[in-house]
Amino acid sequence: MTSWQPVLLANVNRPNSERITTYMDHGGYEALRKALGMSPAALIAEVKASGLRGRGGAGFPTGTKWGFMPQDAPVKYLAVNTDEGEPGTFKDRLIVERDPHSILEGVIIAAYAIGAHRAFVYIRGEFFLGVKRWIKAIADAYQYGFLGKNILRSGFDLDVSVHRGAGAYICGEETAMIESLEGKRGEPRQKPPYPAQVGLWGQPTLVQNVETLANIRHIVSRGAAWYASIGTEQSKGPKVFCVSGHVNRPGNYELPLGTPLREIIFEHAGGVRMGRAIKAVIPGGASTPILTPDKLDVPMAFETLTAAGSALGTGAIMVMDETTDMVEVTRRITSFFVHESCGGCVPCRIGGVRLLEALEVVSSGKGTPADLDRLEHLAHSISGLTFCPMGTGMCEPVTSGIKLFRSEFDARVGAQ
Amino acid sequence: MNGTDTQPLGASLVDPAKQAMLLSALYIAQEREGNLTAEAIERVAKRLGLNPGQVYSIASFYTLFRTQPTGHYLIQVCDGLSCYLCDGADKIADYISAKIGVQPGETSADGRFSLEKVQCLASCGTAPAMRINDQLYENLTPATIDAILEGLLEEG
Repeated sequence: MTSWQPVLLANVNRPNSERITTYMDHGGYEALRKALGMSPAALIAEVKASGLRGRGGAGFPTGTKWGFMPQDAPVKYLAVNTDEGEPGTFKDRLIVERDPHSILEGVIIAAYAIGAHRAFVYIRGEFFLGVKRWIKAIADAYQYGFLGKNILRSGFDLDVSVHRGAGAYICGEETAMIESLEGKRGEPRQKPPYPAQVGLWGQPTLVQNVETLANIRHIVSRGAAWYASIGTEQSKGPKVFCVSGHVNRPGNYELPLGTPLREIIFEHAGGVRMGRAIKAVIPGGASTPILTPDKLDVPMAFETLTAAGSALGTGAIMVMDETTDMVEVTRRITSFFVHESCGGCVPCRIGGVRLLEALEVVSSGKGTPADLDRLEHLAHSISGLTFCPMGTGMCEPVTSGIKLFRSEFDARVGAQ
Repeated sequence: MNGTDTQPLGASLVDPAKQAMLLSALYIAQEREGNLTAEAIERVAKRLGLNPGQVYSIASFYTLFRTQPTGHYLIQVCDGLSCYLCDGADKIADYISAKIGVQPGETSADGRFSLEKVQCLASCGTAPAMRINDQLYENLTPATIDAILEGLLEEG
């Protein structure tokens, strides 16, 4: 079993872990002091050298993203993505509720590195406790001089405010989140231009996920070389894996990237309930393709999961045992994406509804083999034909579900 | 309109700083009246210099904004995949439905309870989960649900 002393989740189980005093008693804001003594260029170089990649799902190299921010722009923004909504994912909620200062310290360091003096925290409207914890953390940070004018006498100014979303999965996509922060419908924008060029109110904007930002203080205080020594060739550092479904000990497990999926399920999460066999695993949240048990030895890293035909996504592992009805699993995931379609593109808005109707017919046992053909035809008419990746993501469970569990679908429609 | 002016008609009338307050303003209006009435939308639109139709369009985009009243207790059962795998979702919604006599998507005649199935609440590690108003309940079993509902009935 991989032995790993948690770094990102080191504080979450301490009493009153959310308080600034608890955080500071355990080295909190020391990295900020160090960072403010470095040049922004040196900080960006350090984050690039660490190999950190975004933890919100896309896995884009963080230092490179910071480097895209223009140096000469007079107004720049930082937007903090706390819009965790990918089914199976519950890591950002834990960090925000139990250790908000570990994120805020990363926010201040990132803002200093890119030269932003205004940061906006966008949080999922349903996270009532998270909203309170964010607001309190920011207020306390002002009181201690970590926010506001002339932070720690460095001459650097930063203001941060909290903005609640209102129930829209798509707002986790960075350009949709920017639209929502502007007070509009959360419909994604055309990329390019990327937010680093044209973001919030047309200004260069860096959008970063909460877990990504929680890594920054450790890179600054322990150095890029230490960070880059953890993980695999293309996936560096620790990662919080959210394990749920048919396991004995569901929960958040912080482990180095590259830890085998089998080890996470059987050694950390206590194995499958009632000792049953595994039928399927979704490795990175509902939008990542399903894996079958022959893939259980895959290391949980960006490059290895892509090679295995899926994706690391948010690191949300959903385990399904041999009793699971895969037709219903497919229907349920599709139903989520259909509900969350922003409605902007016809294939996603209308095709999604038709896809779900066909799945409901199949799932109810009233379907015929022609309905399976119809499902595949519909998926081909949506996938890749929409403005944002949502349309393709919506078809993923249907196409991978039918491919991997063909016999279950066939049996449900009376075909052999 | 001259050759260099490419702004759509009316765009210059909207103040971006005011529009950015829209979601917060809608939350305040909804909290005050329980849902976004036509009057509330008019009022918000007027205060922020927006068109009421535009405000309604934006409000309708977001699940948490409602244009219909809900019960005193809004029970929202997580319908996510992990909750389903852990014997939650439909099973819990049906169990509560039988207990309080309200179908998912409906409100009781006395206005006391509304029951809904909602998207993933990010409680997958503590599934099954549900929320009642601002309170999240996790690791639900029939016994804990009974206790929670009894508590609500006593409160009235």
